Amino acid sequence: MSRYLLRRLLIAVPSLLGISIVLFAVLALAPGDPFGELTTNPNVPPEIGAALRAKFGLDDPVLLRYLRWLLAMLHGDWGFSFVSRMNVDQLILQRLPTTLLVVGSSQLLGLVIALPVGVLSALRPYSIFDQIANTLAFIGFSLPTFFTGILFILVFSIYLDWLPFVYRADIAASGWHWLWEEFKQAIMPVAVLGLFQGASWTRYVRAAVLEVIRLDYVTTARAKGLPERIVVVKHVLRNALIPVVTLVALQMPAVFGGAIVTEQIFRVPGIGSLLISAILANDTPVIMAVTFVFSCLVILFNLIADILYGWLDPRIAYR
Amino acid sequence: MAGSTLASPIASATPEGIVRGEGISRGNETWRRFSRHRLAVASTAILGLMLLAVALAPLLWRVPINDIDFAAQLAGPSWAHPFGTDDLGQDLLARMLYGGRISLSVGLAAMMVAIVAGTFVGAIAGISIGAVDAGLMWLTDLFLSLPPLPLLLLIIYLFRQPLTRLVGPELGTFILIVAVIGGFRWMPAARLVRAQFLSLREKEFVEAARALGMSSLRLVVRHILPNSLGPVIVAATIDVAAANIAESTLSFLGLGFPPDIPTWGRILFDAKDYLDIAPHWALFPGAAIFLTVLAINFIGDGLRDALDPRTSA
Repeated sequence: MSRYLLRRLLIAVPSLLGISIVLFAVLALAPGDPFGELTTNPNVPPEIGAALRAKFGLDDPVLLRYLRWLLAMLHGDWGFSFVSRMNVDQLILQRLPTTLLVVGSSQLLGLVIALPVGVLSALRPYSIFDQIANTLAFIGFSLPTFFTGILFILVFSIYLDWLPFVYRADIAASGWHWLWEEFKQAIMPVAVLGLFQGASWTRYVRAAVLEVIRLDYVTTARAKGLPERIVVVKHVLRNALIPVVTLVALQMPAVFGGAIVTEQIFRVPGIGSLLISAILANDTPVIMAVTFVFSCLVILFNLIADILYGWLDPRIAYR
Repeated sequence: MAGSTLASPIASATPEGIVRGEGISRGNETWRRFSRHRLAVASTAILGLMLLAVALAPLLWRVPINDIDFAAQLAGPSWAHPFGTDDLGQDLLARMLYGGRISLSVGLAAMMVAIVAGTFVGAIAGISIGAVDAGLMWLTDLFLSLPPLPLLLLIIYLFRQPLTRLVGPELGTFILIVAVIGGFRWMPAARLVRAQFLSLREKEFVEAARALGMSSLRLVVRHILPNSLGPVIVAATIDVAAANIAESTLSFLGLGFPPDIPTWGRILFDAKDYLDIAPHWALFPGAAIFLTVLAINFIGDGLRDALDPRTSA
């Protein structure tokens, strides 16, 4: 298992390098440069602008600039945000836990919905339950997250007035009350993301279970007299989950896209809303860093999926 | 794989592909299978109606999209304004019909970019062996692990102004959004086409054509490509929906089209601060996006049942 893990880790390195090349290429290809404003600003003499360009090495060859940028990123030197007046890595570290919390709990919610509903649909295909679940799933992943968010605000915040629609980082309370307030304000963002994920996963789970359940070994398990619950949970589900994990991992990039939208709607102070505000404020170092962090998160979650994969299917890990 | 499984109970309630007698052409057969998916047929009708409405809008509803009328500010639906008005008293129906043109054409154009690029990459990878194939597939996997939305935002942030200066705000944003959305959606098509090529190029009819002395290019264009298009068409359908959502998302974040071009996402973006007093403003464009995406997804599902060779035992 540890050798398998090591191999997956080594495979992640070229992907990270590739992502860094893509990011840097986008930045290098873009017209204009971060000091363009300095050269047009009459208060800054041209020689100072030139000195600054030389100091930051903007006139060097592309390869050299890329290597320097990569080294700086590896050292944790991610630049300085001129808008927030602090180092970019600190800014991101402040925001990252909120994003991970919201994304993580929404994935859990999606799983809690998708597993039972998908399995039950597959156990009785074409029943009333299956048809209703299938239609709801179609509606669920056809509803864009920004519209679901708006509908939720409309229903739960405006008409019913149950939940706050602005996420607050500084709740003036402590103990159980604080926890309750945190929970209340997290419900809607988590539900928006989780329902969307749950809807598409339900279809994957149903498809995978349908494929496995007609195999001979399941018939054997039933013939041995095992209770149906054990057959489904121990024999069917474990094998059905293997393709589901692959599909879920493939969806990870889209999940973080949804997180950006959700954070923006509910003003959750995570790195997604940081990205949007940085773009609106032309804060290039923050934009680059957040994009890089999102890419790293996708790779990290792919890695977790690989580990799950190895656990679900030992044949892969031993190879 | 999800693709090999019938997603809808309605379509697969009856066993597939039993009646395939003489005299039924391939097109008829496809249509017969598609028409069994009732929701897909209904969705085709709805989507067709929407396309028609958007295309013929200026002939039918002659209210200008930027006619400011403070007397009818934030008014709910009425006979004069069937979808109500926004904060400047502009008619929402007219704006949505106009914006729908852009939203739908962005979806179609981005799908074309994605499918053409994906088919190209997949075909080259599928027909060549060794390093080229491995390299292209590595590139595909790399793109699959990139988070599209942050990169879309980054690229639009960096390239919007220069391109706007070059060709004007409307066309500039259109080209940029179509190219970028298409540029991040080609990977599934590339994988599908490559997988199809790998199996098709070992088939007897390809061998026969090669034995007759056909050149590789002709072989690909005349024989392999047409036979590999079934799954690609399904992917293309889904891509229209995905591109539509991507465009609406960008506009919703305030980073898509400029404010004077009311795409559906843009209208939602403007409406979201008035939810408590004018919910209709957000509900109509949101429902339009939802309905379009839902219809396209159902059509894709129906097409999968009709075209996917794996379901036609």
